[in-house]
Amino acid sequence: MYPASFEYHSPTTVKDALGLMGKLGDDAKLLAGGHSLIPMMKLRLAQPKHLIDLRNVPGLKGVKEDGGTIVIGAMTTWYELETNAIVKAKCPIVSETASIVGDPAVRNLGTIGGGLAHADPAADMPATAIACNFEMVCEGPKGRRTVKVDEWFQGLMSTALKEDEILVEVRVPALAKGTGAAYLKFPHPASRFAIVGVAAVISTDGKGTCSKASIGVTGAGTKAVRAKGVEAGLSGKNLAGAGAIEAAAQKGAEGVDVQADLQGSVEYKAHLCRVFAKRAVEAAAKRAG
Amino acid sequence: MKLPVKMTINGQSVSHEVEPRFLLVHYIRETVGLTGTHVGCDTSQCGACTITLNGQAVKSCTLFTVQADGANIMTIEGLAKDGELHPIQQGFWEKHGLQCGFCTPGMIMLAVQMLERYPKPSEEVIRHQLEGNLCRCTGYHNIVKAIEWAADKMAAAK
Repeated sequence: MYPASFEYHSPTTVKDALGLMGKLGDDAKLLAGGHSLIPMMKLRLAQPKHLIDLRNVPGLKGVKEDGGTIVIGAMTTWYELETNAIVKAKCPIVSETASIVGDPAVRNLGTIGGGLAHADPAADMPATAIACNFEMVCEGPKGRRTVKVDEWFQGLMSTALKEDEILVEVRVPALAKGTGAAYLKFPHPASRFAIVGVAAVISTDGKGTCSKASIGVTGAGTKAVRAKGVEAGLSGKNLAGAGAIEAAAQKGAEGVDVQADLQGSVEYKAHLCRVFAKRAVEAAAKRAG
Repeated sequence: MKLPVKMTINGQSVSHEVEPRFLLVHYIRETVGLTGTHVGCDTSQCGACTITLNGQAVKSCTLFTVQADGANIMTIEGLAKDGELHPIQQGFWEKHGLQCGFCTPGMIMLAVQMLERYPKPSEEVIRHQLEGNLCRCTGYHNIVKAIEWAADKMAAAK
């Protein structure tokens, strides 16, 4: 398959990349790992006239710590997140989620920034981003701004990132003590995309009572969303109690604009939301202790 | 507008001018003439086009040639040394890890990376690592055995 023709640009600083974006406007697309954009270009669902490749821009890759926050460069690949010692120690759910994105070859090139900016409705990390309260740092001609995850995903493949901005950094709060987290999905057997995926971050008071629950759902609708019904259903409940998690998980599809597609009907995908909400919360609660 | 690219493929330096939209798999097959790398699904799922790029397994149908400028690439043709099969190739032979053979180059190139990262992989690890390489003949059973065979062989040679 041959994508439509385009001009290729390979800037070496964020400033040069922003300059090119300002000059080329709507005709340009940013290229990170390319594992969402290139397949779309091959199918001619996307036909940008210019591609601005970020691979030669230094400083956009890597993981560091800033107090209780893990700072992840936008061009950091899924494989790097899967294996990074800081991420594994401070917020292992992010490593675990990265380790089941696509397949090993996809994870070698695909990036967290590309993935979160593309906002595929069936991508894995958006669920974990919501559950873990990621913050996205965007750089534009006027400088940097930070966007909280609850404002990030706006619709089908649409985010709060403005057309003249680059997502440069993702900030992830380290998991607090007494907090457990898990992401579980029902994957499509060939693409490994999530037909439904649920991420849960659960804090307990040490005696099994849930002090805080944060739940993200991906795959079922046009965008990843927070499962507020499940969160409310868990808060203050003793999770060891019979049926407590089960009851809360029944709200797993509330607030999700479940879409029927080749993978399943609305009813089927809503059911998966409830099933995976239960499994993810159970796994997270077990880790919270 | 064509752009110059230069890279190393199986130890040989190659340079050409290519259109930016020219995919790496087509460059390898049609320009360089190494047809062991296959085009399967062409939608980044099947892994028949897997090569290693700077030591990492990648799907060459999902990269533009210009993105590989300066890279060190290995394809299936670069594995055997002096007419002797690489242990992974030998494993596929010994354990009957193929039938039609279409997916085999990609399977083997992915396995090269796998055994570098996980020298003694469990069956579970092998199957998880092979998730991006589809085979429609074998049911994967003998592919798993072939990789286990190669892992033992390579560990013994160390």
